[in-house]
Amino acid sequence: MTDVLAKPLSAVDRPNSYIGRSVTRPNAKRLLSGKGRYVTDMKLPRMLYAAFVRSPYAHAKILNIETRDAAQLEGVHLIATGTDLAKLCKPWVGTLDHFHGMKSPPQLPLPVDKVVWAGQAVVAIVASSRALAEDAAEHVVVEYEELDVVADLEAACRRDSPVINPDLGSNLSFTLKLESGNVESAFADAAVTAEKTFLFGRHTAVTLEPRTIIADYNPAEEQLTVHHATQTPYQFQDIYSRYYGIAESRVRVIAPDIGGSFGMKLHVYHEDMAVVGLSMMLGRPVKYTADRMESFLSDIHARDHRVTASLAADADGNLLGMRVDDATAIGAFSSFPRTSVVEGNQVVRLMGAPYRFRNYRGDLKVVFQNKVQTSQYRAVGHPIACSVTEALVDDIAQQLGLDPFEIRRRNIITQDMYPYTSPTGYKFERLSHEACLEKLPELMDYPSLRRQQQELRAKGIHRGIGIATFVEITNPSPAFYGVGGARISSQDGAIVKVTPSGEIQCLISIGEHGQGTETIVGQIVAETLGVDRDTVRVITGDTEVTPYGGANWACRGAGIGGETALQAGKKLKQNILHVAAAILQAKPDDLDMQNAQIVDAGTDNVRISLADVARISYFRSDTLPAGTSPQLTAAHHYSPQGYPFAFTNGVQGCHVEVDVETGFTRILDVWIVEDCGRVINPLLVDEQIRGGIIQGLGAAFFEECRYGETGQLENGSLADYLVPMSFEMPDIHIAHIETPTLDTELGAKGVGEAGTAAASAAAMNAVNDALKPFNVSMSQIPMTPQRLLRALGHG
Amino acid sequence: MTERVPVSMKVNGETVERFVEPRMTLADFLREELELTGTHTGCEMGACGACLVLLNGQAVHACLTFAVQTSGDSVETVEGLSSSRVIADIQNAFHNANALQCGFCTSGMLVTAHELLSQGGVPSREDIRDRLSGNYCRCTGYQAIVDAIQSVARARAAEAEPSARPE
Repeated sequence: MTDVLAKPLSAVDRPNSYIGRSVTRPNAKRLLSGKGRYVTDMKLPRMLYAAFVRSPYAHAKILNIETRDAAQLEGVHLIATGTDLAKLCKPWVGTLDHFHGMKSPPQLPLPVDKVVWAGQAVVAIVASSRALAEDAAEHVVVEYEELDVVADLEAACRRDSPVINPDLGSNLSFTLKLESGNVESAFADAAVTAEKTFLFGRHTAVTLEPRTIIADYNPAEEQLTVHHATQTPYQFQDIYSRYYGIAESRVRVIAPDIGGSFGMKLHVYHEDMAVVGLSMMLGRPVKYTADRMESFLSDIHARDHRVTASLAADADGNLLGMRVDDATAIGAFSSFPRTSVVEGNQVVRLMGAPYRFRNYRGDLKVVFQNKVQTSQYRAVGHPIACSVTEALVDDIAQQLGLDPFEIRRRNIITQDMYPYTSPTGYKFERLSHEACLEKLPELMDYPSLRRQQQELRAKGIHRGIGIATFVEITNPSPAFYGVGGARISSQDGAIVKVTPSGEIQCLISIGEHGQGTETIVGQIVAETLGVDRDTVRVITGDTEVTPYGGANWACRGAGIGGETALQAGKKLKQNILHVAAAILQAKPDDLDMQNAQIVDAGTDNVRISLADVARISYFRSDTLPAGTSPQLTAAHHYSPQGYPFAFTNGVQGCHVEVDVETGFTRILDVWIVEDCGRVINPLLVDEQIRGGIIQGLGAAFFEECRYGETGQLENGSLADYLVPMSFEMPDIHIAHIETPTLDTELGAKGVGEAGTAAASAAAMNAVNDALKPFNVSMSQIPMTPQRLLRALGHG
Repeated sequence: MTERVPVSMKVNGETVERFVEPRMTLADFLREELELTGTHTGCEMGACGACLVLLNGQAVHACLTFAVQTSGDSVETVEGLSSSRVIADIQNAFHNANALQCGFCTSGMLVTAHELLSQGGVPSREDIRDRLSGNYCRCTGYQAIVDAIQSVARARAAEAEPSARPE
């Protein structure tokens, strides 16, 4: 269900009015016929393939590496160790200045003296096929001396644990303390309090296309071309240039079709850095594609938090204050260039975000451990903050006998309070909690679900209804990374041009990974110019072709990239009208464009076609009045300048049935009322929301990277690590409220993470609602059957 | 290196002959030897369904099949199914419902959908979800894929028996 409100920007009855319409994706036809071109599919002339020898230990000294036998095998071109690559590549450190006091050790493509997680790449082999490279890897002998392993979060937090990075003195990477209002007196004044400890397991992105990269160094021109399945080609252009000492203008990063990313494909990976060096050593293209096991071992993981939190309320259910203690383990170092502390930072800052209490204390502790790095993955920190907050709010409601909707109604930030600054410093321009909370019960038919729940309980069937209110961070300004010294752009660029036939090309820095970037940019440009969207070609993902920009992360594509396209389109339109006015001896202001014709403004009276303006401009400029200089290419860059972030909001509902004998949970229904500002394309927005919710449900019920005591990943395959499949997933019902941001003309905010942000919170509340008759509750995800049975006393 | 052996099979209606290592999977054979990269590999253990192709008309995991096993057989990939237009209505329905995002799982989804829909009738949403349970998609909510398949089933049923057209 889609409820789109009136759009001041686009009267839908106007020709070429596309913003706000569900239109299909032109590029999807290619993917549907097996003609996608993913890096995985690419083969370059004289290309070689890399494989890696990986550490079997989570923590060990490297004593010796013996490569002689492997090097003699047919088809092997190069074997490189950490020492070899360190001669070419500078070390990098995953810290940012605005995280004061943060520590992380320097990293290199491959380790030189010790390994710090099981599965870490140690030796690179380049051969004429992947199979031969893997054959040779079996002949490399690495001698290790095992060191004590710091595997889990609890161990990493202990003072007497072995120190993974001796130069840093301890396993502590970062701490943060936030304090606002008077939290102690809030708790002293409280009529009721709720306190719980929550555990959030590690999970990972499991993109269907694994990480893959082809580095192609041409020594003759000192030029590096990288075909890279990444969300952020410009960021990698900068990194390859700086760390390998190649001129920036000679580093080209191309991101073609990408088989899923979700934040996982924007971090620096050691294998990727190694492949660049290998290509430089060989002067030939080198390709590396992670297999599924390598993906589980070396892709970033997310979450791994233990949160103890308490919430205080008065007797009427008015929330008074919240205390949060979050400890998170991030692997043996912080990821680069975005760090591994952003998730924890967002956890402690997003706690209680939908609500208006003013007393808050948040403590964050980020520690090192012998596991693969964690970092930003879809909805960074949101599911944790949302699950903790919403579970405690439900707890308070239960203690006071209030309905979950009612307690939220009493505490949300209301329309009269904007602009609003949260106790943790987030500035909300305008959110729509009331409207969302009003709409959701209607969408769910909440009263009849409650009646049905009562009836079924009498029959021994245990259904639960959970709701979760959320706030999502989108459209980040330089406040996110730039201020910390990261060379991560928060602006985007677009070049829009008229071809000689009067068609349009738009080159833009935001990328396409299936979310529909090219489609929405085409909609925006076509509407802005007044042309058919079929005539607009959008080109993305090539640092040598498209203008510089931040590309895709933190839900910024539509809001920032979309505004960039809009403003570039407006510039080009003015340029076109100036030329047309010169030809027609009219004033530009008296002209307009529709259906690729220049018309008298306010009428559909055609004066000249865009194709004729283009033809004259490009081929017969001699016929133009003197001094007319057609500029049929326009460029525009845009960076958010108002609020540091454009926050979105919404509320999700989840309906489950728990089998208290087996511990299995069936997800019956999910609903969401979501406000991402101006909806550019409802079809695509809804699919973003659904996909996001499914990922959140995966985390809630199935997904966990399970480790043994020695730091070995025990479920690194798609048979052992459970992902959500179609049969277990419900249909998802969606409604929209639209509160456009006034910081941009387009008014769009992000939507990619909203589904994931609250899905596990609503699911946990639903399960706990189902478990109410048993006086037990869950506070750990995933909520596996085993854990449910244990909670029920059967385990 | 293991000695290469000859294989000969029909792929998308054309006879192909190559010498391959016995350890080469059908998925790698299609992708690397024949450059039919529409067939993808996501897990290489038969769990994700990205590599599904038709082998003598039946959906099989190309990652669990060795190329040498298929010598003398007939293989159809998404490229062949697209050219012959036998799945054109399914592809259109996927396009209209936006039943794909990154597209990496899509070839496998289409093969499963084609096999299911070839049986005729209008499967329930639950039936469709059940049949898709060997196809992993990380991007969509699966719902649009179910919608697309159901819409094709209805359209085909209506075409086969116009009087039985649903309201």
